Amino acid sequence: MTETTRTARKKLKTARADRRWTPQKTVLFIVGVLLGLLTVFPLLWMVTSSFKPADEVNNLDLLPSHPTLENYSYVFSQVPFARYMINSFLIAAAITVLALFFHSMAAYALARLKFRGRDTIFLMIFSTLLVSAPVILIPTFIVIRTLGLLDSYAGLIIPAIFNAFGIFLLRQFYISLPAELEEAALIDGASYWRIYRSVILPLSRPIMSALAVFFFLANWNAFVLPLTITSNPDLWVVQIGIANFQQQYSSSWNYILAASTVAALPTLLIFFFFQKQIVASIKSAGFK
Amino acid sequence: MTVQLSRTAGRREVETKRVSLSERKQRRAAFWFLLPDSLGLLIFVAVPMLLAIGLGFFSVDGFGHAEFIGFGNYLRMAADPQFWSSTGVTLLYLVIVVPAIFVVGLGLALLVQQRIPFIGVIRSALFVPYVISLVVIAMVWQFMLTDKVGVLNGFLELFGIHGLSFLGDPQLTLGTVVVITVWFQMGYYMIIFLAGLQDIPGELYEAARIDGASAWQRFRFITLPLLRPTSFFVLITSTIAVVTGGFDLVYVLTNGGPSGATSLLIFYIYQQAFLYGELGYAAAIGSLLIVVLMAWSLLMFKLTKGGRFDND
Repeated sequence: MTETTRTARKKLKTARADRRWTPQKTVLFIVGVLLGLLTVFPLLWMVTSSFKPADEVNNLDLLPSHPTLENYSYVFSQVPFARYMINSFLIAAAITVLALFFHSMAAYALARLKFRGRDTIFLMIFSTLLVSAPVILIPTFIVIRTLGLLDSYAGLIIPAIFNAFGIFLLRQFYISLPAELEEAALIDGASYWRIYRSVILPLSRPIMSALAVFFFLANWNAFVLPLTITSNPDLWVVQIGIANFQQQYSSSWNYILAASTVAALPTLLIFFFFQKQIVASIKSAGFK
Repeated sequence: MTVQLSRTAGRREVETKRVSLSERKQRRAAFWFLLPDSLGLLIFVAVPMLLAIGLGFFSVDGFGHAEFIGFGNYLRMAADPQFWSSTGVTLLYLVIVVPAIFVVGLGLALLVQQRIPFIGVIRSALFVPYVISLVVIAMVWQFMLTDKVGVLNGFLELFGIHGLSFLGDPQLTLGTVVVITVWFQMGYYMIIFLAGLQDIPGELYEAARIDGASAWQRFRFITLPLLRPTSFFVLITSTIAVVTGGFDLVYVLTNGGPSGATSLLIFYIYQQAFLYGELGYAAAIGSLLIVVLMAWSLLMFKLTKGGRFDND
């Protein structure tokens, strides 16, 4: 009883301390606000400048004196931006869904099934984490070409699925689940596929949603692989689209910034709505 | 009594049978569960890696004819001043960015760990660049750094500094790329460090405070040692991310220039392969990079005693 009142009193005290402005806290608050403002400034500058007319875009006022949507309508009328966005969306979504499905399957086997060579297979998969995509760009290009996947949706999707990062995180999560979960199902004669489907998958919803947001963002932002394997503009993703747009309109910053804002908008929206999931996925990456 | 005994014995026998049966079943199940990812990683990671190392021993011409030249590409590397300058640029970039990310990431984590009003908003603001694509980031900064008219120069005017050419002056450009890299990656490492800090039991700090330890002493003797696993993780991942991740930024922002000042190895590889068609030479440089990164990671694993990777 006394224990609970003590902790309750302590909680009240810290809550009260939270609200009090000590000099130290004021300094930290000011530092934090300044750093935060400095950090978001480039993005803020991009968004506000994208509403400035051409003759105003290079002035140093944060807000446009004659805000206009002209830049946006110009970008969408000159370049098939909507098409690029749809491509990006479909490709990133397909990669996310397939990757989560395959990675959770592999992770389930590596974490919950017993078989010879399991640790060796895990180490081999883990070591591929060290080989990141840009380093093997040329041979990957050759493999994709040999498979006849250049300039195709399949070429943009399939190679991007396979990444040991997701397998690793899901395996860590599955290892921590209690063994009793499956025992009952096994005694009832359920197959391993059944256990994976109806016991493991439902339990992994939190980590799966965290990884889904992370995978979608990473693939929406992907640039190097799409750059090397697509030449057909119909298949361009939004990153290739804006990089190309910039080369064509190199000094028309009002248009370039409108295009950049459009490309960044979905990721910013995802960030605002799914912050918790993004942070959770990064935290679980810290090899905890 | 005896009946019951024999019944349990019988059940035990059935159980061992079931276990051996299920072992075979488990092996078969594991095969199918692992098949898609193993096949994919084999085709799109392992094969390209081996191919890179093999291709490094060939000279490939524009028509795709390959000729075996042994260590020819490696000898060429040794005599290629641009390769050496790219290596130098990469190393310089690495030795500045990795410690900078470490210090900034940890510093921000210590800041946003505090109980300050609006800390959630501040945390989000510090993290937001990380979700933006590097292509967009490169464009925004290019706009802000435009010679004479860019907002950054306009700001520096206030301090009496005139017309710096951030992207045209070889002396300044790599520094500019460094700042941008730290700016967009710091939020990620802030979260990683924050997770590490939250794992440290608060009682340790309380005890130290009672013993009269100063803030610096608490940081030096509690925070730093207990953050060691997180620190090693950050060092490994930031090194790999920095060596292989600067490509998008350099490609859009500087195109390797001015006069090679930002030509990172990863960009040089791309140039050799896709601009000059020197696939063999590019692959040789790439495989050298693979070997160096693997050796570096192995060394780091040894130093961390490989611990905390496998819970079994």
